[in-house]
Parts: sequence; structure tokens; C-alpha cells
Amino acid sequence: MRFVDEFRDPEIITKTAEEVRRLADPAKHYRLMEVCGGHTHAIYRFGLKDILPANIELIHGPGCPVCVLPMGRIDDGLAVAQEPNVIFAAFGDMMRVPGTQGSPLEHKARGIDVRIVYSPSDALKLARNNPEKHVMFFAIGFETTGPSTALTLMRARAEGIQNFSVFCNHVTIIPAIRAILDSPDMRLDAFIGPGHVSTVIGCRPYEWIAVNEGKPIVVSGFEPLDMLQSIVMILRQMRAGESKVENQYKRVVPWEGNRAALRAMAEVFELRPYFEWRGLGFISQSALRIRDEYAQWDTEQRFHVPGIRVTDPRAAQCGEVLKGVLKPAQCKLFGRECTPEHPIGALMVSTEGSCAAYHSYEHRKNLLTSIQTAA
Amino acid sequence: MCLAIPGKIIDIVHGTPTLGTVEVVGVRRKVDLGLLQDDMPVPGDWVLIHVGFAMSKISEADALDQMRMLAVLGEAEQAMQEVEGYGFEDPGLEGPKPGPGLEDLRTKPN
Amino acid sequence: MVRFRDPQIEMAHGAGGKASRKLVEGLFVPILSGALPQSLTDAAQVQINGAPMAITTDSFVVKPLRFPGGSIGELAVNGTMNDLAVSGAVGKALVTTFVLEEGLPTAVLEAEVRAMAEAAARAGVSIVGGDTKVVEHGKADKMYISTTGVGEMLSGVRIDAMSVRVGDKVILSGPIGDHGITILLARGDLDFEADLRSDTRCILPLVKALAKEAAPGIRWMRDPTRGGVATSLNELAHDCGLSITIFEEQLPVRDEVRGACELLGLDPLHIANEGQFLAVVAGEYADAAMNALTLAEGGDGARIIGEVREQPASAVLVTTKYGGSRIIDMLVGDPLPRIC
Repeated sequence: MRFVDEFRDPEIITKTAEEVRRLADPAKHYRLMEVCGGHTHAIYRFGLKDILPANIELIHGPGCPVCVLPMGRIDDGLAVAQEPNVIFAAFGDMMRVPGTQGSPLEHKARGIDVRIVYSPSDALKLARNNPEKHVMFFAIGFETTGPSTALTLMRARAEGIQNFSVFCNHVTIIPAIRAILDSPDMRLDAFIGPGHVSTVIGCRPYEWIAVNEGKPIVVSGFEPLDMLQSIVMILRQMRAGESKVENQYKRVVPWEGNRAALRAMAEVFELRPYFEWRGLGFISQSALRIRDEYAQWDTEQRFHVPGIRVTDPRAAQCGEVLKGVLKPAQCKLFGRECTPEHPIGALMVSTEGSCAAYHSYEHRKNLLTSIQTAA
Repeated sequence: MCLAIPGKIIDIVHGTPTLGTVEVVGVRRKVDLGLLQDDMPVPGDWVLIHVGFAMSKISEADALDQMRMLAVLGEAEQAMQEVEGYGFEDPGLEGPKPGPGLEDLRTKPN
Repeated sequence: MVRFRDPQIEMAHGAGGKASRKLVEGLFVPILSGALPQSLTDAAQVQINGAPMAITTDSFVVKPLRFPGGSIGELAVNGTMNDLAVSGAVGKALVTTFVLEEGLPTAVLEAEVRAMAEAAARAGVSIVGGDTKVVEHGKADKMYISTTGVGEMLSGVRIDAMSVRVGDKVILSGPIGDHGITILLARGDLDFEADLRSDTRCILPLVKALAKEAAPGIRWMRDPTRGGVATSLNELAHDCGLSITIFEEQLPVRDEVRGACELLGLDPLHIANEGQFLAVVAGEYADAAMNALTLAEGGDGARIIGEVREQPASAVLVTTKYGGSRIIDMLVGDPLPRIC
């Protein structure tokens, strides 16, 4: 087993898609939210919409860490990056995200030392190898990525590495889902739960969605067969009139999550009282900051961070798209002022951002359909 | 929201037990195993890798169960409907056991 | 009219994708050649005293200079020969320019010059002239090589995106992504290891074999270097106004390339190649073309990877056996590893 190819078997995919069609009541319209941007990406990457019945609508959720980061945080990070002898290290995902004065890559073009890292531990390695510089790791991500940052900080402290700090933008998924469900213009039938976040937090934190909100949620893997099977499981729950938390991604996700990862996060991070999300506004207890015990490795405590707040361009409707109220193409700027080459909103930057995914993989296909329908 | 890929542990770095070499279809990288310290993987185990860290052990038994479950998908339900008529009970709760794997896929809260 | 509005030059403008094309079409072509040609090709065709010939130029700035499977010197010869070959021309002579950084060890330079000589001998081309510039330490990264080549047109081969028709087949000469991933790993920043080599080679023998059996059926060729197969095919789709539909399961991709792409969130279709080419051939010549390629040395990896369809117009569509499909666009900027 390679745990990838098996879940892309065309024959079983076709069969599973048939089962979805069989279970979906043609008289009903199903609105399922995939919380995780990785799922959004997979839906487009594998062309899953082509094989799902038209009455199953997939709504893209808030689980894209790049997309939900307000522009002011990028400006703050880049402000520190301009101090002498600072190396700005971040994942490739951040590199094209626009700040008010341009993206990290544009800053690199102007001479700022910007490095792409694959892992937080690579950023720490940069610090070890460049003792005369200060390496600032611009950390993003939900609970999947948080533990890796935490463990890296623990290692930095254990080794006594002084020239390293983390600009922490880690966020947590549950408050975001709650914000979506509290949104008055949102009507959802069920959730496809975030598989990789759940390797850390487990499946319990979703129970309120099933119990209090009465919505089925199935924690799902990212291969085509995983997602189709999750939709089958959701439809079965709905047919049975049930709402419960189910784990489709058992091969990877333990029901209780990863306790060692949670311990590492608790050691290094604490909840911020509130944090601003792009498109969703301020959400209380929805993000992590570095504990005082690790203040020495906290960019925000060690450097002067301007605390810039930027409102999104008024015409951009990122918030509505992020909440699933609007489809990407319904935004006034989509495909015109805002394109993957010149993104205005963050949703157009990350390949997980629903706008970028839609623009890259689906946009022209849909134009084609509308032309054919009109003809 | 997070790209994570299955890889197989091929060795543990001598002297650094929290570091393992992982192979993903022919590509090898040192991966931090520190987040699996409660249940350390050994060479031969498959783990899920995210940003250079192993996040969880992958269960081949569960993967095989899933494949078996998918193989009997639909057939099981159809068989059930023949037995029960077109009802809206959750198929598989009662009735004949449709096949190996299904049982295990049901949610066990504890 | 100059339409290029980006305020500064960034790495993306040299990455071979959308940004590069915008720079060429928006700045270079309007100022240097006036009207935009119907399609931009890898080599220009000129006539001197009635004799048609092809001319092209390319610069090489690869880092590291040496990597598994090749080196900058070898690339500098093969790259220009390949640009000529996919334009239907046999490279006859090359001239070269070296930009060297002050302090470069002579041994490094000598090794690359030798690599060029060997590659030229293999490709059957003469290096007939050159120029050397040295810049201050720190103003260049060790060495850059530029080569310019002229070639004689292969008889009976006409490369023209506008001649592409619905029903034509898209042939790819072998596995994709080897070069780009090899370089990415050779830089060492990612700490990945794989037994992978760059595919750099001169593709002229394969193009000749193809032309011998299927010349009248060849509509278009391109070597999918930076920006990968997706970018080359998007340029074709854009130029001919038709759809290039690719069958995902037919794409030859080595395990190691797939593994690295999965880990880094990259698409093999966007990764650079230095020893492959794409050919669009008329449907009735597809069998002959495939026979010719697979029998030629180094052509056993050739596959029919797709076909030309009417819709979605001006776009590249990747389809799967199970019926899912996606549009694949040109690369935007450099391929960046992602974690989301």
C-alpha cells in the first residue's frame, strides 16, 4: 500500500460516485461545507464537481490560513523584516500574498532577505547557520501546523538559540466554524470535516456541531475516494435523519487526536483573547500567541511591531466568499481586477483559496457551460 | 488547509531518536518524529508528514477496511433494501452484516 | 504599444510562465519588433538571400552549476539545439557568451567548457565563436552562459500553431519534471534526496526520427522547459484558439518526481524539462509518429498524452478516467513549495 494511488482508483471512484447519486434525493438541494482549504483544492484538482450530482453544492469554508490572515499582519511581519540583519522566513504559500506595500516576494526583489522554508525546523536551521542574523519565522496555520512551530520553539529554547523568533499567526478552526454557523445569511446542511487538523485535535471538538446545531459532520481524507465516501456518509446520516460526528479518515485520524502535539501547543502557546480574521472580523479566542515563558522567541515581544490594521479593498468581497455566501465568480472583482497574477484578496493567492482554485481549475470550464446553455 | 503526505519510515537517525528518514515514493527526507513521542514509530511504519514533522501513524488495517468498505458500497445497501424494503433506517444498524469493514467504519465515540 | 505595467522586474518574469509572457508581449515585442507575431516560437525564421534558416538565443543561469545528470555547460548547448529542433531546424553553428564572476576558479570554468565541447560533439554542432565578460565579485553568481544558434530547416516540416486542427494528437517524448525537480533538490535547501537525474539531452535525433516518418503530419512542436508542459500547451491553446485536452493517466511521470511534487504541493505539469518535447501531429499520422519515436534511441518513453478539441477554447483541460476534469493554467511565477 502507498496510501495514495489506492484512493484514486478510477473504477472505485466511479462506483462511489454512483452511490452518491443513488443516495441524493433529486428533490432536495444539499449544501455541504468543506471546512478545509485542502479539500477545496482537492475538489478542483480532481474535478470532483464533474462527477457529483448537480444538487450537491459544495461550499468552500474558512480553512485556508493564508486566506484568513488580515493584510495588516503581513504588513507587520514585513515591517520587522526591514530591520537590519533580519531574515524573513516563511512557507512558499505566503510569498505572493499582498501586503499594502507588496508581497514578501516583491520585498525580496527590493533587497529584503526573504527565504522560503519547507518546515519551521528549516527556519531554525537558518538561524543556526546565520548566527550574525536574526531569523524571524512568519508562522501561519491551523492546529495541524501549530504543533510543529511549538516543537521548533521548544528546541530553540533547549538549544539556547538566541537569534530566532516566531511571528505567530496560528489560528484555531472551531471558532471559525462557529462564526460561520452564527452568520445569519448562511444555510448549511452538513460539514466535511478537516482531516489533517483532526490528526491533532481529534473528532470530539466537533460534537457540538452534530448535537447542538444538528448538522452531520464527517472528518474526511483528501483523496478523491475519501471525499466521495465522506459525502456518502453524510447523505446516509441525512437520510436516516441523524446528525453525528463520523470519522471517514480513520487510517490517519485517531478519535482522540494527538496528545503529544496538543501538549507541545499548550507548552508554548496560549489563546489570544481575540484575533482578527480576514472576512470574518474579530473572533474571540480564535488564535494563539506565544506564552511569556517563550517571550524571547516571540517576534511580537522582541521587536517593535507596528500593529497595522488595513481594511480590505471595499470592492473585494472576500468575506462573503469566505463565508460561502457568494461564489468566487460572483465577486465584483473576480477575474477582472483580481487574478492569480495580480491578487487583490488573499483568496486569490493560495492555491487553497477558493478564488484561486476556481480561477485556475474551473472558471473557463464554467464559461463554456454557460455558452453551451445559452446556445 | 494543510498539505500532508503519507511516507514510510526507513530508518531512525542514530543518536537522534526523534529524527527519522522518511520515504515518499522515492523521495527521502529527515522528518521530526517528536510529535509522536507517545507512540514512537519504527522503521517500516507509515506516518503522515506535514511541514517536516510526522503528525500521526497511518493504520494499514484501517486503510484496508476502507477499501473493503468501498468495494461493497451500494451492494450492501441494495441488499439491505431488499431485506427491509425502502426504509430510512441507517442501513447496517440491524440486518445482515454486509461485509467486513463496514462495522469498523461506524463511529465509536469511545 | 507597451502594455507591460509591472513596476519592477521580479523572479517570476524570468520563470517562463505567465509573467514572462507578459514581459515579452508587453514590452520586448512592441518596442523591438512592432507588431505581435501570431505566435511566439522558440526560434525565429529568417531568410538570407532566399535561404530559410532558424536563429535563436538562450541564457543559462542555473544554480547549482553541476547537478545529477548534467551541468550548465551541457544545458547551454542542448537548450539552444532543442529550441532550434522544435522549430523544425537542425542546429549548425553556435556562438556563446560567458559572464564570469571575479574569483571563479578556473577549474570550474574549464569543466563547463569541456562539458560544452562534449555536448556539441554529441549534438553534431560546431561552436564557432564567443565572448567573455568578467563582473565584480558578488555581481554575478559564479557564471552565466548564453548561446546563440543558427540552423537549417528540416525539409517538409512546418511548425505553425495556426495549423493545429481538432482531432490532432498531442505527443510527449518522455517523462516530465525530471530536470526541475533535480535542480530543486540539488540546491539542498529542502533537504530532500532522490535518485533522480536531469533529463538534459539534445532532442534533435528524436525530432529527426519523427520528421522522417511523419513530417507532413507535424503541426507544432515545443520543448517544455521553464513553466513545464502546462505552460507550453497553454501557449499553444492561446495561439490556436482550441482546447488541448490531456489524459491525466497517460502522463509519464517518474515516481520520484511525483513524490517530490506531492510533498511540495507542486504540479508535475508546471515543472521544467530540458530533454523532452511536445509535438502535435495530425490524427492520421499519430501511429507513424509514435512508431518512429518509440523505435528511436531515447524515445521509448513517448506517449500520446492528449488531443486537440474544440472546447473549452483557448484552454488546457486535464481529464481523468473517472470523468473529473480541471483546467490547468500557465504557471504564475516560479513554482513555490506550499504547505497548504
